[in-house]
Amino acid sequence: MRTRFIDATTRILDEDPRTALVLADISVDQFAPAFRAHPDRVFNVGIREQLMVGVAGGLALAGLRPIVNTIASFAVERPFEQLKISVAHQGSGIVLVSHGASYDYSSSGRTHQAPGDVALIGTLPDWAVYVPGHPDEAEALLRHAVADGDSRAYVRLSEQANAHARALVPGRFDTVRTGRAGVVLAVGPMLDAVLEATADLDVTVLYATTVRPFDADTLVAAVGGARPNVVLVEPYLAGTSAAQVAAALEDTPHRLLGLGVANADIRRYGTVDDHVRRHGLDADSLRTRITAYLAPTNPH
Amino acid sequence: MSTTAPNGAHGYADLIPLWSTMTGDEKHTAAATSTLDVLWVLYDRILRVSPSTADDPERDRFLLSKGHGPQAFYAVLAAKGFLDPTALANIAAFDSALGFHPDRNLLAGVEISSGSLGQGLGLAVGVALGLRAAGRTRPHVWVLVGDAELDEGSNDEAIAYAGAIGLDTLHVVVVDNESASYRQHGGLAARFATAGWATADVDGRDHDAMHATFTTAHPGRPFAVVASVEKKDS
Repeated sequence: MRTRFIDATTRILDEDPRTALVLADISVDQFAPAFRAHPDRVFNVGIREQLMVGVAGGLALAGLRPIVNTIASFAVERPFEQLKISVAHQGSGIVLVSHGASYDYSSSGRTHQAPGDVALIGTLPDWAVYVPGHPDEAEALLRHAVADGDSRAYVRLSEQANAHARALVPGRFDTVRTGRAGVVLAVGPMLDAVLEATADLDVTVLYATTVRPFDADTLVAAVGGARPNVVLVEPYLAGTSAAQVAAALEDTPHRLLGLGVANADIRRYGTVDDHVRRHGLDADSLRTRITAYLAPTNPH
Repeated sequence: MSTTAPNGAHGYADLIPLWSTMTGDEKHTAAATSTLDVLWVLYDRILRVSPSTADDPERDRFLLSKGHGPQAFYAVLAAKGFLDPTALANIAAFDSALGFHPDRNLLAGVEISSGSLGQGLGLAVGVALGLRAAGRTRPHVWVLVGDAELDEGSNDEAIAYAGAIGLDTLHVVVVDNESASYRQHGGLAARFATAGWATADVDGRDHDAMHATFTTAHPGRPFAVVASVEKKDS
């Protein structure tokens, strides 16, 4: 997805003179053509993430549409107060794009892993959060975000991806299939594993690439057509959207299982697959947990 | 020193009476007065912005980074016609547009919402770059920071980068009332100079000296002026 983001952003900078790009030493080489083509709108501030976001906020005040990119840890966590104050509190908008996700940098350890990014952004009002599951979806959501006025958007890119892109409508969950035993909401890159895990289970599978705002209407409709067993499968901290599910179903008795990345510093390196298995997000582990959760011996 | 003004507008002599209509916020009183003369000189003699051009893309931008103690700022805005002086008495009320930290979304003429120290300089770099990208070469960007505000490391990110790229539409006034817990070794101006800025020191109460300093040419480099005033709580 990162390569697609770089290619798409390079084209967007050509197409839309209002756009700008702010980097902090990450992805600078890959954006060399954009630096050459638009030296007045493409900036590298060095290893200065607070300034990266501050500059983006200032560009927005001057009427531009800034796109900002670095690794998730340094895009969200390090300059978080600049996102809150230098962007949002000003009433300004930027398109913040991260890569690396929860553990794409599996062998780099905790410093380069940001499983809490969506939860953190979720504490700020009026940020759209997009979690594409395929490079095509990443480009579609990026283009939607850039074109969406002066809105604030966070686009979470990952090298984990589904095999095929789906046609998406920004802001809406996609009903992949329907069933009666429960509703499984798969976010972004989790879809393929969820479909494999639930292949012979009688469940509705919803697919989310926009998680903020949270498409309560589609969830409520899906729960209305199945037993009210809800399973969230998120590629970041487990239960990040639990409050959104609870609010959507405030009048509907329901159960909720939140699957995702454990809130733990596991101090392990290795591969992405190692981390996927460690957090129980591979298809076999998901199948075991979802099957147990939906088992008829459970109450309801 | 402009102490009188035509057409019913306010002059410098009106600032303290305007200021005194605001009550409360005792914690910030010393900080508020430290900026009064700098703000007046900027709005009276330097900034090409007025209530009628407050939305003009070609206006100069003044960013009050040090959002603390904004009473002096509000008094100057009132004196210059950006806001109704009768609004001052209602400062910090629930429905007031004037808080103890300013909000650009509530009050016309306020370029940034500030109060969290160390956010204004980075924003100013972005505003200056954005104006340049939009082909607007006329507007200057001015930022007011406090000496203690420079404790925040985010300022160093902006100082280093603006110096490195020679962002010469950017101007910073550091109001130095010696409120930082640890004084800058070698002086505050040196911190900017070592990053490639043009710098100057000036008496933050001397209007003519500030006017002369603020209008000094600084081709190819951003400009930092350290305006010294009485030590806080002295």
